[in-house]
Amino acid sequence: MKHDNIERNVGILLVLTMLAISVGGMVEIVPLFFIKETVEKVEGVRPYSPLELRGRDIYIREGCYLCHSQMIRPFRDEALRYGHYSLAAESKYDHPFQWGSKRTGPDLARVGGKYSNDWHTQHLTAPRSLVPQSVMPNYPWLVKTNLDYSDIQGRMKALRVTGVPYSTNQAEFERNVKEFGEEVAKNLHIPDAEKNLLAQAQAGNYDTNPDNLTEMDALVSYLQVLGTMVDFKKYDDDYFVKFR
Amino acid sequence: MATTSTINKEQYDYDIIRKFTIMTLVWGVVGMLVGVYIASELAFPVLNFDIPYITFGRLRPVHTGAVIFGFGGSALFATSYYVVQRTCQTPLFAKGLANFTFWGWQAVIVFAALGDVMGHTQGREYAEMEWPIDLLIEVVWVAYLVVFVGTLMRRKQPHIYVANWFYLAFILATALLHTFNNLAVPVSLFSMKSYSLFSGAQDAMTQWWYGHNAVGFFLTAAFLGMMYYFVPKQAGRPVYSYRLSVLHFWALVFMYMWAGAHHLHWTAIPDWTSTLAATFSIMLLLPSWGGMVNGILTLSGAWDKMRTDPIMRFLIVALSFYGMSTFEGPMMSLKDVNALSHYTDWTVGHVHSGALGWVAMVSFGSLYHLIPKLWNTQTYSNRLINVHFWLATIGILLYITAMWISGIMQGLMWRAFDDFGNLQYSFIESVAAAHNLYVMRAIGGLFFLSGMVVMVYNMTKTIRSGKV
Repeated sequence: MKHDNIERNVGILLVLTMLAISVGGMVEIVPLFFIKETVEKVEGVRPYSPLELRGRDIYIREGCYLCHSQMIRPFRDEALRYGHYSLAAESKYDHPFQWGSKRTGPDLARVGGKYSNDWHTQHLTAPRSLVPQSVMPNYPWLVKTNLDYSDIQGRMKALRVTGVPYSTNQAEFERNVKEFGEEVAKNLHIPDAEKNLLAQAQAGNYDTNPDNLTEMDALVSYLQVLGTMVDFKKYDDDYFVKFR
Repeated sequence: MATTSTINKEQYDYDIIRKFTIMTLVWGVVGMLVGVYIASELAFPVLNFDIPYITFGRLRPVHTGAVIFGFGGSALFATSYYVVQRTCQTPLFAKGLANFTFWGWQAVIVFAALGDVMGHTQGREYAEMEWPIDLLIEVVWVAYLVVFVGTLMRRKQPHIYVANWFYLAFILATALLHTFNNLAVPVSLFSMKSYSLFSGAQDAMTQWWYGHNAVGFFLTAAFLGMMYYFVPKQAGRPVYSYRLSVLHFWALVFMYMWAGAHHLHWTAIPDWTSTLAATFSIMLLLPSWGGMVNGILTLSGAWDKMRTDPIMRFLIVALSFYGMSTFEGPMMSLKDVNALSHYTDWTVGHVHSGALGWVAMVSFGSLYHLIPKLWNTQTYSNRLINVHFWLATIGILLYITAMWISGIMQGLMWRAFDDFGNLQYSFIESVAAAHNLYVMRAIGGLFFLSGMVVMVYNMTKTIRSGKV
């Protein structure tokens, strides 16, 4: 076909352009939904508890991903600084993913358990009181704002539609017991979401003030779980390599 | 190309173009002002003032939204509606619908900015808008496609001029990218909150397929369309090579879509996608430079205008920055270079050499050409265009130099080991080391913003003298 014909016919130009721009995505993205090795088989990764989920929502609301990555690359310096490189499996329940693209601050993929709840609360409220050279904004409203969890069930139900295995009935609950164990499965049961959320906040006391339930409780509970789900002692590194 | 108009000027629909042109100037000032502010926040974090609505994390999407979709988007609407009418020698198809794209698009930018400061975000870069705004974008975009294709269909010329191919590819690709990247499940019909349909690795691939091609089609292909009309017009010469434009058009639109995964090198995506993306990124250099070469050679024989015509300076410098950043991009997509550059300010510098150097400069040049024509008058001051040119150029150079230095420095500091094999620097040392460069970047941005303000003054005067 001569190019002249394409230039004379809007329909042909439109169809051919559409074809040309569709190929790349179809070849690179669509297979990832079907190739099983894209996400490693690994124990321990579970959906977020109701409190962690609300914390994650606040993390997204404040735009933390614009300065903090959650994706450790397989380099020696990153291993020393942050820990084992990130697995695809570790974000398989992350809607949306929060890998980030910029490290104005350090990576947070394995920040869980590295600092105390006290430290996080103080650091989020006034970062420069702990790290004088930090350029992070203060987030003083987090400890002052009561956590709104009125629509926590709605949030979990929406995630359930995307494929996160939160349970709504006994059958689904038992499936979760089999997959994650009873302890975890209880936390994934949507009808008990409020009860579980309050219980975790009470037990964890994340914002170091046991009398109230604030946004800080939720955010710190999320930060403290990051990167802690997989026990890397159970696997040797050759195991993960074959998935790449 | 169609330089002689067979129909009366009054028959073209210029009103819609005037509206978009004015909003281009408005969003330019707003977006760049927010940019300078958040750049200053990184240098002086006290500027966050403990106010949730103006923290860096919430204002950053306001900046990117206002400059890409507000400034860039309005410039593209304006110029595409102008170019498609002039080169097809016919008025716009479906005037009412075109008018709807104006109000709809402006509503999108305003709602997006309000949503951002209030914390309603999807948490996806350049696609922060929550689902109700995404639906509005979808509707506006389909209307845009109908107006554009409808106008092409009633053209009085047998051929569709090359600029329109690029605009068409941009409209189609944006529709495709926007639709698939924003698939999400809302919490309820009355909630702004939604969760993306995909997760983890697949979500990351979708997002960067979107993110990269928003650059490839919104900020590149479309502005090449602009270039293919306004460069020959301003130079008074025909496009250098028709054959080259055909070749690089098809190569560009085909290859760009493969390159997105280079934003995810060394992450938890399969290695083959990463390698494929790097390969296509390098090949992409050829069609990218095809556009640059065609633009620059169109100017050959009109080089003397560089000395006398400040608009020409904007266009030639835009093409130069386009060439430079489309070389830098493939280089950064090499896995070894990316290992150093990723997560650092180098990426930020790269984006801005494209966004300020190419997108903004070619828009400035085109608008300076367009505005006197739209308002049927003469430019108020050519000297002020020249002042704008130098403010903008100095601003870009300060900006990207600061980001190159801080980016490479961060990359090197993060991977530095001492003699005992321990990390040599703590993370915060790399933050502290970037301080002066962040100040320099903010000053660069201030220069660029000042130029924009000069343009607004100059063009306001021009428009006031208009005979419309």
